Amino acid sequence: MVCLESVQKHFKGSAKPALTGFSADIFPGAITGLVGPDGAGKTTLIRLMAGLLTPSAGSIRIQGLDPIADASTLRGMIGYMPQKFGLYEDLTVLENLQLHADLRGLLGEQRSHTFNRLLEFTDLARFTSRFAGKLSGGMKQKLGLACALLGQPRLLLLDEPGVGVDPISRRELWKMVNALADQGIAVIWSTAYLDEAELCQQVLLMNEGQLLFYGRPAELTSRLQDRAFQIRNISGNRRKVLALALCRPDVMDGVIQGHNVRLLLRPHVALPDPREFNAGANAELVPVAPRFEDAFIEALGGGPGGYSELAHRLQPIIDDNDTVVEAVGLTKLFGDFAATDHVNFAVKRGEIFGLLGPNGAGKSTTFRMLCGLLKPTSGNAHVLGIDLKSSASLARQQLGYMAQKFSLYGNLTVKQNLMFFSGIYGLKGRQQQAMVDSMTEVFNFQALLARKTDTLPLGFKQRLALACAVMHGPAILFLDEPTSGVDPVTRREFWTHINGMVEKGVTVIVTTHFMDEAEYCDRIALVFRGQIIAAGTPDQLKAQVATTANPDPTMEDAFITLVQSQPNPDLSNPAPAHKATS
Amino acid sequence: MNRTISLRRLRALCHKETLQIIRDPSSNIIAFVLPVLLLFIFGYGINLDSTAVRIGVVLEDTSPEARHFADNLYGSPYLDVTTQLTRSAMEEAMIAEQVRGFIVIPVDFSTKLKRAAGPATPLLVVTDGSAPNTASFVQNYLRGAWHEGLLQRADEQGKAAAPNITLEPRFWFNASAESRNYLIPGSITIIITVIGTLLTSLVVAREWERGTMEALLASPVTRTELLLSKLLPYYVLGIISLFLCVAVAVFILDIPFRGSLLVLWGIGSLFLASCLGMGLLLSTSLRNQFNAAQAALNAAFLPALMLSGFIYEIRSMPTAVQAFTYLVPARYFVTAMQTIFQAGNVWPVLLNSSLFLLMSSVFFIGMTALKTRRGLE
Repeated sequence: MVCLESVQKHFKGSAKPALTGFSADIFPGAITGLVGPDGAGKTTLIRLMAGLLTPSAGSIRIQGLDPIADASTLRGMIGYMPQKFGLYEDLTVLENLQLHADLRGLLGEQRSHTFNRLLEFTDLARFTSRFAGKLSGGMKQKLGLACALLGQPRLLLLDEPGVGVDPISRRELWKMVNALADQGIAVIWSTAYLDEAELCQQVLLMNEGQLLFYGRPAELTSRLQDRAFQIRNISGNRRKVLALALCRPDVMDGVIQGHNVRLLLRPHVALPDPREFNAGANAELVPVAPRFEDAFIEALGGGPGGYSELAHRLQPIIDDNDTVVEAVGLTKLFGDFAATDHVNFAVKRGEIFGLLGPNGAGKSTTFRMLCGLLKPTSGNAHVLGIDLKSSASLARQQLGYMAQKFSLYGNLTVKQNLMFFSGIYGLKGRQQQAMVDSMTEVFNFQALLARKTDTLPLGFKQRLALACAVMHGPAILFLDEPTSGVDPVTRREFWTHINGMVEKGVTVIVTTHFMDEAEYCDRIALVFRGQIIAAGTPDQLKAQVATTANPDPTMEDAFITLVQSQPNPDLSNPAPAHKATS
Repeated sequence: MNRTISLRRLRALCHKETLQIIRDPSSNIIAFVLPVLLLFIFGYGINLDSTAVRIGVVLEDTSPEARHFADNLYGSPYLDVTTQLTRSAMEEAMIAEQVRGFIVIPVDFSTKLKRAAGPATPLLVVTDGSAPNTASFVQNYLRGAWHEGLLQRADEQGKAAAPNITLEPRFWFNASAESRNYLIPGSITIIITVIGTLLTSLVVAREWERGTMEALLASPVTRTELLLSKLLPYYVLGIISLFLCVAVAVFILDIPFRGSLLVLWGIGSLFLASCLGMGLLLSTSLRNQFNAAQAALNAAFLPALMLSGFIYEIRSMPTAVQAFTYLVPARYFVTAMQTIFQAGNVWPVLLNSSLFLLMSSVFFIGMTALKTRRGLE
């Protein structure tokens, strides 16, 4: 269907090529995944295939045709859903469909037939007169897909269709796309979620413009057979177990999974004894199936190790087992829409507490109230016993906040950002200089100090944002989607720091839409439509949904089952037209 | 590439654009509320005529001659006269801005007046130089009043007849010389500039920001269709606005209209095309709504306000700035509008303006067409 031959793309004014020498064949009747973190080149590759960009070198042939030269022939054959779905939010569902049908020359009886088929397929028939802007993320995504399918394409290009969509809708979409592939359409699905790669028939695994792997996902994971293990029945501190394991030369990667620790061993090493990790007498090493993410980590040369220089330099905080953050009946209304609806929870010192949920569920709104950035409509938030309604600024001095998308000053240099953020938190003189120097050493900023922050790779921006949030030695750290869009190795490094700081007594409250990251948390609250629908340790939540058919559910399974078990999860209820949290 | 225009696709795109205009409250405000608001501001708020200027008269001499002279001032509809007997009292009133200027009728006024020959009698006129327009008005008016008073006196005394030759001023095209009659047609230019350029500066950039442009580019839409679909709906909107303004001007603000509507429509279309072209050019090249709106404000609105001759006389600008005004499309439309409203269809003026407006429309739309790419680079 599509032949890529050493395709390259350089953008003017950027030092690194966006794509370097991609060669691959894409077949009809299958889903091909473009998998990789932000900046991997996924969107560039899709745009090249859609004929929106011209390759700098190499060639692309779609059924033997060139996407630029034969554009008029190919446009009828390609369905393209850009990021954000390309919908007109001020047009209704039907008007959006009509526009695209007119543009693609779908008329008369064929048109009404196609409309009926697609509306039924996407389950949007009930909503034809609703404005696209008032649809939920999942429904927007379905409408975007329906628009892309109007011309009855042979090749379907989907650019990150899973972003901003809750896991339930994502699963539905996979079902729909699988059905399309069964009809013989070639589907290209780009995603930053590595677990989605395993659902594709073949994948192009990408990182920073490089093609790391091309083939069937099972082929990649099978190389890792007998190297993935779980340490179960840990009686000591699992974070210390992980840190110890990651420092060993025979361990390539490791993550926390609830009460267990999952390890990926380097090739050709002897099985370690779990007792060597201080995991207690009952600890056992159980082989588990390798995952696609393991393969990605291996392709990038392994994880970052378990030692956090950052945590090492922190002053320890005495663990008094106090409740440090508390939300009581916390509610925030935007108009008549409740972004946060009577949320209650308490976080103890030295805990990692996770707010988990899809985009728009109300995580960030809850978060901003806890940091004193938003005033609750009703209810109370206390941080270290300070009421945020009356003395938000006093509480803010005690906490570190790392905002979504890292709110750094893009046109300041790395050093200027460090000086600014340490300054506003009251560090000055020699103490400030010492702290900035210390951060520079910890995160290896030496060569970057004079660089403008905008020009840094995403991973460094994330490190800088973390540095800026912790310089004043906060007792509580608020992290709002700290790892979104970042590659898995950088994510590992980030969690190493977080784990290390928690061991020093720092309390961490984190939001994430990566279900697997929730496993790092001591306790999590599942947020959906502004409410906490379940709370507990990761293992408790998973155990709640375990069945005989699925005895070992994933966090995502738990989330989906718990949401669907809600009384009347009214899916016809639209998400707010504007993103209430921004 | 498919170069032909498909009417079906064009109609679909225009339909979409129209729905977006109708549903976007800010478009409606800019197109219909703002013009009427601006017209009333320009119609009633800005007035370059000095009516009822506050002046003072210091009557140091209270003789009948002096009073007679002062009576000339009291009777004028253009003046609001305060009388004081001492200079110091008047100075205070001047400092407190109760008067804009004053005339002193000195103690020896009547004596000097009666003296038939001898050196001319000086009268002190003080004006507030911090408001130069008013100051010169006060000065001129008092000079006129003095002259008038002298003539009257001579007439009454029958000593010498009035001079053989007198000036008979007539204001053509705007008989009562009301500034509103030329400000309103000019202000319609400003309104059309705002609608044409500001609205369109947003539309293409909005498609880029919301990611819908990518979806359009991946469909079989051609460049011409894309461009026309952005021009036509906004052209209709602008023309409706133009005629709304003219209706408000003529029927509510009582501005005389002497030209023909057909000519107005023709020249209005040319000017609107130039404005739309400029807005689209900015939107297409900047791809960011905020930047495009800022640029539209600076590139279209401010020149239209300052350099079109609408308020500020072009002939009194420095030569370099005067030369620059020839590049401002609003200049030609201001001339055309003032001509159509006040003088009627004066073809040499209107054709000249039309030619320049046509050139600028072709320039801006042509540039937009060049900048519109069927791709993302």
